[in-house]
Amino acid sequence: MARSSKPAAQGLFQRLSGWTPQLVLVPTLLAAFVYVVVFSLWTLWISISQSTLLPNMAYGGFGEYAALWQSKRWIVAYQNLFLFGTLYVLGSLIVGTLLAILIDQRVKFESVWRTIFLYPLAISFIVTGTVWRWIFHPQTGVERALNDLGWISAQFDWITDRDMALYVVVFTGIWHASGFAMALVLAGLRSVDSDLIKAAQIDGASMARTYRRVVLPTIWPIFVAVTVVLLQFAIKTYDLVVALTQGGPGVATTVPAIVVYDLMFQRGQIAQGAAAAVMILVALALVLVPYLIWSIWRDKQGKRTHG
Amino acid sequence: MSSLLIRNLRKSYGAVEVLKNINLEAESGEFVALVGPSGCGKSTLLSIIAGLESVTSGEVLIEDRVVNDEAPKDRDIAMVFQSYALYPTMTVRQNMTFGMECRNIDKATQDKTVQRVAALLQIEPLLGRKPAQLSGGQRQRVAMGRALVRDPKLFLFDEPLSNLDAKLRVEMRSEIKKLHQSVGRTTVYVTHDQIEAMTLATRIAVMHQGVLQQYDTPKAIYETPANMFVAGFMGSPNMNFLSAKIASTADGLGVVVNGGDGTVLPVPADRYQSLENGQDVVFGVRPEHFSPAHEQRAERKGRTTVSVPVTVDMDEPTGSETILMSRIAGQDAILVCEPDEAPTPGETMDFAIDMSKISLFDTKSELRL
Amino acid sequence: MAEVSHQAYDPLATGSKTQQARSRGIVYVLLTFFALLYLSPLLIIFMNTFRPLDEIVREGFISVPDSLSLKYWGEAWGSFCIGGTCEGVSRYFSNTLLMTIPATIFSTALGLVNGYALSKWRFKCDAWVFGLITLGVFLPAQMTLLPWAFVLGQIGLSNTIMGLVLVHTVQGTSFTTLFCRNYFVAVPDDLIKAARIDGAGFWRIFRRIMLPLSPPIVIVCVIWQFTGIWNEFLFGTVFTSGENQPITAAIVAFSGSGTGERHYNVEAASVIFAALPPLFIYVLGGKYFVRGLTSGAVK
Repeated sequence: MARSSKPAAQGLFQRLSGWTPQLVLVPTLLAAFVYVVVFSLWTLWISISQSTLLPNMAYGGFGEYAALWQSKRWIVAYQNLFLFGTLYVLGSLIVGTLLAILIDQRVKFESVWRTIFLYPLAISFIVTGTVWRWIFHPQTGVERALNDLGWISAQFDWITDRDMALYVVVFTGIWHASGFAMALVLAGLRSVDSDLIKAAQIDGASMARTYRRVVLPTIWPIFVAVTVVLLQFAIKTYDLVVALTQGGPGVATTVPAIVVYDLMFQRGQIAQGAAAAVMILVALALVLVPYLIWSIWRDKQGKRTHG
Repeated sequence: MSSLLIRNLRKSYGAVEVLKNINLEAESGEFVALVGPSGCGKSTLLSIIAGLESVTSGEVLIEDRVVNDEAPKDRDIAMVFQSYALYPTMTVRQNMTFGMECRNIDKATQDKTVQRVAALLQIEPLLGRKPAQLSGGQRQRVAMGRALVRDPKLFLFDEPLSNLDAKLRVEMRSEIKKLHQSVGRTTVYVTHDQIEAMTLATRIAVMHQGVLQQYDTPKAIYETPANMFVAGFMGSPNMNFLSAKIASTADGLGVVVNGGDGTVLPVPADRYQSLENGQDVVFGVRPEHFSPAHEQRAERKGRTTVSVPVTVDMDEPTGSETILMSRIAGQDAILVCEPDEAPTPGETMDFAIDMSKISLFDTKSELRL
Repeated sequence: MAEVSHQAYDPLATGSKTQQARSRGIVYVLLTFFALLYLSPLLIIFMNTFRPLDEIVREGFISVPDSLSLKYWGEAWGSFCIGGTCEGVSRYFSNTLLMTIPATIFSTALGLVNGYALSKWRFKCDAWVFGLITLGVFLPAQMTLLPWAFVLGQIGLSNTIMGLVLVHTVQGTSFTTLFCRNYFVAVPDDLIKAARIDGAGFWRIFRRIMLPLSPPIVIVCVIWQFTGIWNEFLFGTVFTSGENQPITAAIVAFSGSGTGERHYNVEAASVIFAALPPLFIYVLGGKYFVRGLTSGAVK
């Protein structure tokens, strides 16, 4: 047999080719390891090092965390994150669900409507923020237009108002993300058994009640998933605020990601910037870890009930 | 020369042992059916023969060569999958030539082989199509064609008919049988359908919970099942299991069904030698081995029969025969009889049991006595 | 969307004719309202790319234009001054293109092979490998800024497009691996088994069986990587400066500075330049865009 003529070489080759799937993954695995594990630990170490303008890897303790939590700017940023995150997620979910339900009514030109509601997601936060800044700004936007129309006393200056500017960010965020919620909720609505809706109608439920009591509750896992993704977006929010308000007026719309950038690259407080980055990671973990545990638990439950 | 030999095979996933000490041998040209309920390990065993799964211990030999460590492609086997596994992006012809292409067989030979096999399976008009454009039965044929072009040492079938509707299944079953007879290759065929196993196989391996229960010809499996599992699994409707006792009469030993009038049913002495008087046994009779006593059908063939009174609770006419849900001595039993001879529900009638076809099992070990 | 089948049942098509017409009317009124809200910002900005500057300064963005001109597009593309150089956005546009195209190709190719190996060649700990790779999807960029800056400096890629290509390829491969793995998992294992019995190895199965099945997921990866990398700002602003910045950073540079005279019309045209390529891709592959959303979010 030809096969047995070169057993040693054949064996080595065979063993190597048996490892192909693992070998193929090595570059990515290495990159992912460096990127995820090494970089994270690196940043973590910087946050407790004596670094200031330049890295200094000597141990410096947890002082930077304490300093961070004593800085007014960071407190405001974290408070803003909570308010922004809550309103942004709720708003996007509500608008997205409303749009999904409207489109679900077998409307004509469905794909046109869907394309319109989803397109903001395709353009950058930078473009979105710049465009809406012009529209919200009293000199160039809505207020100016109203004044020119003859309503001289009209005032719409939220973007320059310390108390209202954050709501401008919330509005723009919802404008950008509600299409995402719509797409997922719509996919969920389409997966609901239409017999369920027929049954509800025969039971005498109105349209609103059918959705509220029958359809939406059956797709609740989609709402959980959308919430988690949007919270993630909210925690990472950076570009949108930079383009829209640059964190201002003052620090009114500052968010944690902006503080990180400023500390690291503007003020030369690398260690404190790293500490702030770690706090962002912690916030993300607080959202993602419970979700991960919950979905694993649900998978197991599903397996158990299905056999 | 044995075409396939499996020696002391074990397979575990972690702590779970799914195959326990399997020993199996197939002669050249044989058609072996692996049959059992789902989860019995039959598909794992087939995957191990194919080389798609590793063994934990033991040996697999194909044509007297140990193939434990050989990759599937080096074992010279062909396999037909339950899902057919036709490559969706290739045409029927490409599906059939892919294996030859992997083995660097020249184009002319490839074409010739495809022509020959396509003619054999009557799928020539389909060669240019994609799998998605085929009907279930056509996909089944192409899947077999893909296996046949290879002319391998061993054909493996993994429940190939289970995705077809009932009528097509019967058709393809006889087609597979014809193919096996004309090609004459050793075949291992996994199925959960005992009728497929009975009709196709030269030998049947009945598996249950990872253990090979019995490996024998269809006739032997049907007539002398090794244990109560095999007896119950093969045959439809199921064999009746009546709890009974051994009693002695002037003519030798017999069986008394518990809860009845005490009639002793004589057992053929030559087949059951180790019985003891008073021993508890499970008395197994297949539904088709009852016949109305007054017809004396078995007697006319010169067999010993005994009549028992049977109370019919319900009947299920299937057209060709009538299934009777009944009680014998208060125990549930299922009988099959000809529609014209069926008693009406509620009636009690004497039925003769063909005592040459009965089975007796130990109550504890469930093994055949 | 091909994967979303239309329901045969229409809940609004019941009851009396007037009732049906009324509820249908409400639906379309609401849809139109939202559609205007979503479209108007970009349309308003687009309109202002044709208006003279003094008119915009006088009347704001939201007003009926008196005169229109195409020349601001030319200015924005070729001669607009950004950060001291007066070459328009064309330079930054091509920077972004040079960053986006290679990074998209590399990450998609890697993701395909990774996804295939992880879904069809199961091995011990493959779940851990997959988990580690997908963690890259969730890791906030802020955690990697300082290490990346150091690494890019060490390998001489600071302030280069190449450096951004590397960063986006590493990060993007996490996404594409997640996408491809979840897509390939749905390909029946029997196909791989049949091919192995036919004598095909790892790469032949990839080339002959998996790749021909891949166009949908390749499109999803390309769309997502292209739009994602094109729109990215943080890495661009941190790792490059001046003439090497991507277009998003350039926009922030001119529009956020707040000092000097504003050229609203030219700025508007520049913003539209930055928005066009991803919009084009989105309109072209809308249904795959949504598929990427669903497979990424509800995996």
